[in-house]
Amino acid sequence: MGETFQEGAGADFDLSQFYQIFFEEAGENLDQMEHMLLDLDLEKADDEELNGIFRCAHSIKGGAATFGFSDVAELTHQMESLLDRLRRHELQPIPQMVDVLLESADASRSLLARHQAGAQDEPPSTAHLVKRISELAAGMVPAQDAPVMAPKPQSPPPSATIAQAAPAAPSAPAGAAGPRRLQVRIGPLDRIEQADAIKELFRDIPGLGSISDLPSDDAAARLFAVETSSTDSDLLDLFAFHVAKEQVQITAVSAGPDASSSASKPVHDDLRLDSEVATGPADEAYGFFKNAPGSPGGDAAHAIQAIEPASAVTRIAPKAATEAKAGSQAQMESTTIRVAVNKVDQLINLVGELVITQAMLAQNSLGLDSAEHQQLLAGLADLDRNTRDLQESVMSIRMIPMSIVFSRFPRMLRDLANKLGKKVDLVTLGEATELDKGLVEKITDPLTHLVRNSGDHGIEMPAERLAKGKPEHGTITLSASHQGGSIVIEVKDDGKGLSREKILSKARERGMDVSDQMSDADVWQLIFAPGFSTAEVVTDVSGRGVGMDVVKRNIAALNGTVEIDSSEGFGTKVSVRLPLTLAIMDGMSVGVDEEVYILPLSSVVESFQVNPDDVNTVAQGSQLVKVRDEYMPVIALERIFQVPRLDPQKSSTIMVVVEADGNRVALLVDELLGQHQVVVKNLESNYRKVPNVSGATILGDGRVALILDIGGLVRRARH
Amino acid sequence: MSVIGKTAEIASSGAREYLTFRLDQEEYGIDILKVQEIRGYEPPTRIAHAPEFIKGVVNLRGTIIPIVDMRLKFNCSQAEYNSFTVVIILNLRNRVVGIVVDSVSDVMELAADNIKAAPDIESVIDNDCILGLGSVGERMLILLDIEKLMSSVDMGLVAAGG
Repeated sequence: MGETFQEGAGADFDLSQFYQIFFEEAGENLDQMEHMLLDLDLEKADDEELNGIFRCAHSIKGGAATFGFSDVAELTHQMESLLDRLRRHELQPIPQMVDVLLESADASRSLLARHQAGAQDEPPSTAHLVKRISELAAGMVPAQDAPVMAPKPQSPPPSATIAQAAPAAPSAPAGAAGPRRLQVRIGPLDRIEQADAIKELFRDIPGLGSISDLPSDDAAARLFAVETSSTDSDLLDLFAFHVAKEQVQITAVSAGPDASSSASKPVHDDLRLDSEVATGPADEAYGFFKNAPGSPGGDAAHAIQAIEPASAVTRIAPKAATEAKAGSQAQMESTTIRVAVNKVDQLINLVGELVITQAMLAQNSLGLDSAEHQQLLAGLADLDRNTRDLQESVMSIRMIPMSIVFSRFPRMLRDLANKLGKKVDLVTLGEATELDKGLVEKITDPLTHLVRNSGDHGIEMPAERLAKGKPEHGTITLSASHQGGSIVIEVKDDGKGLSREKILSKARERGMDVSDQMSDADVWQLIFAPGFSTAEVVTDVSGRGVGMDVVKRNIAALNGTVEIDSSEGFGTKVSVRLPLTLAIMDGMSVGVDEEVYILPLSSVVESFQVNPDDVNTVAQGSQLVKVRDEYMPVIALERIFQVPRLDPQKSSTIMVVVEADGNRVALLVDELLGQHQVVVKNLESNYRKVPNVSGATILGDGRVALILDIGGLVRRARH
Repeated sequence: MSVIGKTAEIASSGAREYLTFRLDQEEYGIDILKVQEIRGYEPPTRIAHAPEFIKGVVNLRGTIIPIVDMRLKFNCSQAEYNSFTVVIILNLRNRVVGIVVDSVSDVMELAADNIKAAPDIESVIDNDCILGLGSVGERMLILLDIEKLMSSVDMGLVAAGG
């Protein structure tokens, strides 16, 4: 609702960036849902399709609830309930369901558009849709024509001042013969051009009749004069190709009062605009605006009299309104552009090549006489600067810190905790871990599900926690880190943990093939099955068991894995492991003879010049080094990478202590070359996995350097 | 698939163009459609424990690709790296691979009539990977099924069994 949005926008941290992401995601989900609904074969609906539609509704609901758009959340919750019964085969899908779901999707879209525009007026009511959905969900089948014949009372347009109430606009009797003169009002529309498509219908369909423009009273709506012999419901069905049925109002022209009412309306609109300007301080105007959604107040009545003739204003005001609307929309659209990741990848690769070419040119121009080639050298200096800037900007397109994902959770958890009456603290670790934007976008939804699950199912009620001897406040820990060639994101709670028995009995109930001998890890994997939930109550937060299969699917799509570790009574830890493919990393480059290797900086503990006395050789030639009273294995990179010594004078004298999984080893290298950010490239896409190497990167001079898999090296040395 | 089967397959699809290259004294031909580009040789980054004929990996405009020296793979008498050494970048199904050859000659169109089945002889090349022998005037071309050759397990480009 308007107020909630306002409050959210004014909260301590800036949520607005996430609103934008949410609106984009919700838009995509709605598009996808619409697409799938239209493709749905009612006779033999595919489980996968129904699950897909359901997931779309679920995602929108989750997001809407997170951001406090309760009207959208409520509507999508109803849609979800209906879809849930469908996918459980408790109901047979019928065309009316698809109709009402499509209409609800449209309604959600317009509600979202309102929130996006920050509208403050009364939202359009969705009660009629909610009612129809719940009737359908309860198994009632309304009369075929009900939604078609009575669109008007069900959906008053948002600008509710209009006097064209249903009783004044009776639908023509079905099967009416002979041409009738009608007035058709289309709107309100986001894109007014849609209405023009209606005109094309009349041009394209022979015998439909004629249509002509009438001056419209509302910038977001169109009026047409129509002469036709078709019935109202036929017309509505035709119009439905272009605009939603709720947005169409058909009135017989003989309905006299109509003209006067529509004539009076623009005056109201103008007055609102006018008074907004006239009353000066925006706040006051805003207050007036908000308090008068429909019936004009006293001020407005005065103004009506004050401004004569009204027609003069009528011409200007709608235009101003259109411009204002267009302006705000343009602003909304220009803030972000969604671009396919591969386009950005291509850009980054090209810029990388450019940098290398530029370095080569700079190298070749060193010997040139600066007086003779002044212009060339100045140009090269510019090129140098511009390439650097370009590279930086391009790189920054893709990399964003995890904090941008993590920071959307405090608010969500707070609302969730309030709703459920729980007390939850959120701890975030490793927020600076940079992640590819593509990954961030895709990991956000699954993480939201996981955090919500932890809050809803994991953390117990405060009383229950106290009774168990736990602190009243539950803790959810979110952490991100680079680990052994992957990025690991963990969602950990200290709640009640997973119940092995419950999961097994639920699985049996669902006819899944399980046995008591299954390992814990296998049992936990069961909860990733679609529709699996052990929650006793289905809340509008979670519990339908839709979350985990979405989580798994989304993460698998990123070539990642999900692992669950849980201990009943002590909590659950879900680890999401993602490949480094897209990630950037702080690296330390080390040299061994002529070769360069990269160590992930996060794993480097220290480095020092080695003193031969500190190295002890033990059984089978393995070496140990003593560092401040601690012995650790020595790994000579020269040996494990079989580096051919071109220069026999050189030898490895520097130890770099690295740590992985809590264990330390010392790597023996020739020299330390420097620290820099490296883009991790996959070796496996064109070659194959190489032992002890997690990936590769391209150095400034265009050469390829291998990135060491510290986790693998440590495991190798410790075994 | 038998050699005859393969020859028949070529015959049915009419004449094809082949890129020809030289290894030592022999001339080979590969389907031109598999060739992405031709580059000069630059020293690759060595990969430890890789077979000798895999020279390492190089950066091809941001993509990391392995470089296979065909001369080492086919046991040629010498494999020098000089300014004439050429790398043919192949685009096979879903991977990009570079092969080092002595030189690239030209692109030739060969009709099915000019391709004879290869005799079943012992050689370092698996007979399955030879499409046939093409004759152009006095020259003889060994036509390779480069896709099959590169994806065979003993090339070491793909992990064994996968």
